[in-house]
This record gives sequence, C-alpha cells and structure tokens, in this order.
Amino acid sequence: MKIDVGYVSELARLELSEEEKALFQPQLESIVGYVEKISSVDVEGIEPMMHGRAIVNAFREDEVRPSLPREEALANAPKRVGDEFLLPKIVEGAES
Amino acid sequence: MSELYKLGIAEAREGLEKGDFTSEEIVRSVIERYHEKNAEIGAYVTFDEEGAIELARQNPKAVPIAIKDLINVRGQPCTCGSKILKGYVSPYDATVISNMKANGFIPCGRVNMDEFAMGSSTENSALALTRNPYDLTRVPGGSSGGSAAAVGGDMCIAALGTDTGGSIRQPASFCNCVGIKPSYGRVSRYGVTAFASSLDQVGPMTKSVKDSAILLKALAGHDKMDGTTPDEIVPDYEKLIENASMKGVKIGLPKEYFNVSGLDPEVKRITDEAVAKCVAAGAEVREVSLPHTEYAMAVYYIIAPAEASANLARFDGVRYGLRSDRSVDVYSLYTKSRAEGFGPEVKRRIIMGTYVLSSGYYDAYYGRAQKVRTLIKRDFDNVFNEVDVLLTPCAPTPAFKLGELQDPLTMYLNDLYTIPSALAGVCAASVPAGFTNDTKLPVGVQFICGGFEESRLLNICKSFEEINS
Repeated sequence: MKIDVGYVSELARLELSEEEKALFQPQLESIVGYVEKISSVDVEGIEPMMHGRAIVNAFREDEVRPSLPREEALANAPKRVGDEFLLPKIVEGAES
Repeated sequence: MSELYKLGIAEAREGLEKGDFTSEEIVRSVIERYHEKNAEIGAYVTFDEEGAIELARQNPKAVPIAIKDLINVRGQPCTCGSKILKGYVSPYDATVISNMKANGFIPCGRVNMDEFAMGSSTENSALALTRNPYDLTRVPGGSSGGSAAAVGGDMCIAALGTDTGGSIRQPASFCNCVGIKPSYGRVSRYGVTAFASSLDQVGPMTKSVKDSAILLKALAGHDKMDGTTPDEIVPDYEKLIENASMKGVKIGLPKEYFNVSGLDPEVKRITDEAVAKCVAAGAEVREVSLPHTEYAMAVYYIIAPAEASANLARFDGVRYGLRSDRSVDVYSLYTKSRAEGFGPEVKRRIIMGTYVLSSGYYDAYYGRAQKVRTLIKRDFDNVFNEVDVLLTPCAPTPAFKLGELQDPLTMYLNDLYTIPSALAGVCAASVPAGFTNDTKLPVGVQFICGGFEESRLLNICKSFEEINS
C-alpha cells in the first residue's frame, strides 16, 4: 500500500465514509504510482522553484489601513456570539 | 436593437461610444438570452438580474462581463462550485473586479465551474450541469466551463476565467473561444479563491483576440494586495496588435507534444493545418525540444494538490461556509463540516496534497517536484532563446461526452498540453483553429510565449485569427 487513505484523511481533518475510503484507496494509489515517475529525474544541485515568477521579498510599509468592518467580517459566520465567532469547547472544563 | 448579446467587447464598446445603445440594453439582451438558453446549456449558476441592470444604469457605457464563480464581487454569492460555500456573500471586490470597473466593464452574472477549479469538464460542480453549446451531449471543458459555454453559446459578451493547469485554455478550445492564460504575476489574484497559489492566474475568455487584448489590459497590473504582481507597466495590447503579422515569426513545434499516443487524429490534422497556414503567411517553423515534458503532469499533480490542501484548510465551518450540525467538539466540527461540504474530487486532492506534504514524504514528493519544476522552466527559457512562440495542440481531443471520463487519472491526462507552460509561469493562449470533420466540434490551437510576453503572444494570436478566417 503506497498511501493509507484513512490515516491521511485524519491528518487532513476530513471525515471519509467507508464507501469513500474504498473508492479513493485504489484511485489515489494509481495517482501516487503515476507521480512517482519524478523519482528517476536527476535533481542534484537543482534549486527548487517555489513560484511562477521569482520575486524576493515584496515589502510594503507597515501602516494601519482600513480593514473589513467587524459586522461585515462576521456576516458569513454560521454561528456567532455577540462580536465573536462561536466555536465548540476546546479546553477541558471551560465554558463552551 | 435586438440580439446585442451576440456582440463582442470591441463592437459593444464602439456602439456604446457612438450612442447606438446603452449598457442597460446590452444587459437586458444578455438576460433575455440567459432565460432562453440557460436551462439547456447551464452556463450560469446565479444571475442577479436587478443588480446587473442597476449597475448598467450607473455605468451606461460599461461592457458587461460574466464572472467565474470563484471571483469575489461585493454583495454577490461566490460558491466556487461547492456546497461548502452555500449562502456565502462576498464582503469585498477582487482586484480584477475593481480594475474592470475602473476601465469600462461591469460584472454581469456568475458562471459555473468545477468545484474549486479542480477538473477538466465542469462535471465536478456541485451546483449545476453545464453542457457544450456546440453539442449538448458533451462537456464544455473545465474548470472554466461555464465561462467557455457562456462565450461560445453567445450568452455573454465576454467572461473571466481562471487557469491553474489549463482551466482557461482547454474549455476555450472545446467551446470555440479565445482564452488567455497570462504570465504568472501579470494579473492580481487578490479576491480570487485560491486553488494552487504558485500557479493560479485570472484571464479573459472572449469571442476574438482583440477582445482579449482589451480585457487583459483592464485586468492586468501591479496590486499592493498581491505581492506576486511586479510593478511593471501594462502595455496597450489593443494598440500593439493593430498591425499584427506572421512575417518572420519564429515558431517552435515541441516534438514531445506531437508524438503523443492519445492525440486525436482530427486535432492533429487541425494543428498541422494551423502550422501550414502560419508558414504560408511568412512564419519560420522549426522543431524544438522541451525534454522534461514527460514529467510535467507528475510535478503538477504533486504541487497543485499540495497547495490546494493548504489553501482549503480555511474551510473549517467557523468563519464562513457550511458548518456541520453533527459535531460534538472542534475536531469533529472540522472533519464533519469538510466531509459534508466538499465533493469527491476536492476530497481526493486534499488527501493527495496532505500525503505529499506529510512527514517523511515531503522531500520525495513536494521538494523533488519543485526541483523538477525548475528543469521544466529551464526548458522553456532555452527554447525561447531560439524561437518567438510555440505552437501546439491545446487539448489532446475535442470535447468529450458527459460522463465519458470516469477515472480521475484519465481526466488529469487531458491537461498534458497546458500544464508545462503553467508550471513555467509563461503566458499562453488558445485560439479557435477549426472543426472536426465528422462531429463538427471546435478545436483550438495553443500558442505559448515567454513570461510577460503578452504583447507578442496577442500579436501572433491576432495574426493567426486573421489568416485562419
């Protein structure tokens, strides 16, 4: 087995049904098998290409500018309390 | 004045300037056409008709443009073809939208796409089925299939698409439109939902090369909100293509693109005829080599899913988008919201991307793929010392049947001609070249130029359009 779909889906925070696991396992093995062809390329001394165009450090002034108003930033939240996004309880014993 | 929807950008702009009609009249004509055709073609996913009319009233000389549904327009939905963004309303305009508005264009209708731009047929949309306007049993291509179907089916004046590995050029080829993938950095990506950040570019999809030149000029340029856009002047593409000529143009034919087993004989014939027409018009043609071409697909299907898996981590059910009501804690809020919101292809790519970035595999996959990408880029640098432009097929086949390609890897291989240039960050275009003999399907050819060589690219495309008409 080249790839353990069940384990990787946990890393990806993505729940898969048993049917999906059964479907994806052979599909992803064939994709992983295909991309492994790059292992035969000699890349000794070759620099990695991170972007479509080499730009180094595009700096701007660090200044305060208008940002999205709080109400607009919260407008798409599926759940909120007051001026905050609502999350389930994270810390044991804390109020959710 | 009826049938204004048939106009391209140049004609629309001329009529607007002369006062033959108003922007509102064009928008109303597009809306009428939308009502007549959308049930059949399915190019649009949402159309804020009143909003479009109101915008046209405020901008009576503006040309309306259909927008791919991953580009944010303030006050409008932006689904990215996904259930996970159901109900989302954009709180801001993408830079391409503000640039359009500042240059005589307005957004008008939102067009379908493969979910998060992952696909080559638009069949991965969770919202609607889009059909090829030239044959309703076939796909429009993808991921910008809604844009291509709207342009090819005369359901808009022009459209915006995005291209990560071929998502503007392949659907343009399938639907008989001109599609330009600008060089990486030429057009801002701010406000465009990210798929693979080192590859994504927005570009025009239009009814003529001149229209693409006009629209690209409006879209392109430096943006403070996107650090990959250099502060370089945007040439007046429209003016520069006025005297387009093929005379003396050095065209390279990459041998790796023609000796491909999956190349459809009709696509091969149309591409060969395109080459012959260029030669007859004074171009010099020679065979060239891009030796690392055979690794491009593998590099792309490591780099693009890797970047996608990171970009799509933002869909967590907290700030926007779908939130599962089956969750009991934060972990299950993430895993269940994402399980319910994403479709199969997006899930596959998130898993693939997470895998190649995971501990113990990073160097062998992502790290190595970035190095092979350097070699692919060098191939292009080398051939552009020799020739001005490359001419290749755009896709190995004409539009395929809906449901025909079921295996993900087979679908991926549809992009073999468009992916290498995307990895290299250079500019490329698909231009209509002809129709297949038996099935009468449109086929485009691809022209590829070096980075930030859009003036040269558009010149060659314009000249080809003239000699091919």
